[in-house]
Amino acid sequence: MSTTPPRSRSQLDRELMLLRDNVLRLSTMVDAALQQLQQINRQLDVAQARQIIADDTKINRLRYKIEEDAYKLIARHQPTARDLRGIITSIHIAVELERIGDYAAGNSRLLLEMVDEALLISTFSNITRMLDLSRQMMRNAMNAYVHWDEEQARRVIQRDNDIDAIDKQVYQELIDLMTKQSHTISHATYMLWISHNCERIGDRITNICERIIYMVSGEMYYGIRQKGEEL
Amino acid sequence: MTDAQLIAIPNAQQVRQEYALEAHNLSIFYGNFRAVDSVSMKIQYNKITALIGPSGCGKSTLLRSFNRMNDLVPGARIEGELLFQGQNLYDPFVDPVEVRRRIGMVFQKPNPFPKSIYDNVAYGPRIQGIRKKSQLDDIVERSLRQAALWDEVKDKLRQSGLSLSGGQQQRLCIARAIAVEPEILLMDEPCSALDPIATLRIEELMRELQENYTIVIVTHNMQQAARVSDYTAFMMINENRSGGLVEFDLTEKIFTNPSDSRTEDYVTGRFG
Ligand SMILES: Nc1ncnc2c1ncn2[C@@H]1O[C@H](COP(=O)(O)OP(=O)(O)O)[C@@H](O)[C@H]1O
Ligand SMILES: [Mg+2]
Repeated sequence: MSTTPPRSRSQLDRELMLLRDNVLRLSTMVDAALQQLQQINRQLDVAQARQIIADDTKINRLRYKIEEDAYKLIARHQPTARDLRGIITSIHIAVELERIGDYAAGNSRLLLEMVDEALLISTFSNITRMLDLSRQMMRNAMNAYVHWDEEQARRVIQRDNDIDAIDKQVYQELIDLMTKQSHTISHATYMLWISHNCERIGDRITNICERIIYMVSGEMYYGIRQKGEEL
Repeated sequence: MTDAQLIAIPNAQQVRQEYALEAHNLSIFYGNFRAVDSVSMKIQYNKITALIGPSGCGKSTLLRSFNRMNDLVPGARIEGELLFQGQNLYDPFVDPVEVRRRIGMVFQKPNPFPKSIYDNVAYGPRIQGIRKKSQLDDIVERSLRQAALWDEVKDKLRQSGLSLSGGQQQRLCIARAIAVEPEILLMDEPCSALDPIATLRIEELMRELQENYTIVIVTHNMQQAARVSDYTAFMMINENRSGGLVEFDLTEKIFTNPSDSRTEDYVTGRFG
């Protein structure tokens, strides 16, 4: 009796590649949402904000497709070892990316609430910086995913501290503002929210990188990040 | 020394060793050909250990050495040590018949004797000298129950074992093997001649038997090893064309994050 494993490796490889390509496609869609968000931070554009919200459904749809494809792949090929870890990681990444998309849509909704108000320039420039950092981190994380690069994933996680620092700074700025000028409270509260969402984007990218570390090394990464508990 | 001075292997109640079986640098030869090269592994009590690897890597040879079945092959010999209950099984004063009673074997193709179901199961106990009908009845029923076959055959114990389906025949062979109350059960591809449903029944049965027995199974079916075993040993032919042990670890480790890249290649189907 033959001991050749009862699977067709080339078919499995093909499907793994399709799965990976879809995760990459999802990440470019999310990146586009973040980029548009940066634009409307500079100059609020109602149509653009509505577009981000509308596009979020496409992101959601692709995330579910990725998940479903992954289940079919598992059922048909019974993958093991690095194949298995790669598939499970892809599902996790898709879920995290979709949540980042939600934050982009959420911030667009918040901006629409603020249409008639004068914008706080310094805060917005900080938020744009956070989005810049997030987009860089996300690009590096996806690079680590494609190249199975554990070191790069670890480096991306380090960058998250920078986003946290900006969020803290924004928080302090807005609290000061609210104490001094009570008429800014409603506006500043929206801004706090927006900033907090950006900070959460960094957390999601950190989660992605933790999964990539697991995918490559097979060791679960228990990154203990305190900041979630500070709230 | 004479035959009368054969060594008695202590039983598990007397001296509980840490492992059910321990191979130390065990090599197995057919004439000049070294089929298995210097394998060391420790088999845990009441666990299922699977031996996997490409065809011809020495899985069956290693398994058969665990109860001295290779003694029956002319020219076969071993080097190294195999400990069972702290006793080297290949000590010249160990009785191979005693070894094979305490370490039973189930083969790839179900091979019931052309006798009744009852006589198949009672065969071993009768050889051991048990004659009393009531005692044999008890053993037959207990063994068939443990082999999850009793309900299907209790009304036709006098029918030939060969009248059963393939899956039932294999469970009959398992009942026959456990009728003499072995401590270890060796199984060489016990499901390869069975359909998927019969295979699943045997796999379930192995999980039940695990409570009372230590099981070592050779399987060419990796999914089966992943499903049923607690530990997995991956073997491969080395540069000298002998079979060697590449990696031995918890099954979940072998199938999610093996340490050796050759194991990785094998379990992901990159070679076979
Ligand atoms: N009785 C035998 N006499 C001589 N060579 C044998 C005998 N049984 C097996 N071999 C050889 O030993 C090697 C290992 O065989 P085996 O243990 O059956 O491998 P596996 O079970 O992994 O397929 C093979 O090269 C095989 O040809
Ligand atoms: Mg074999």
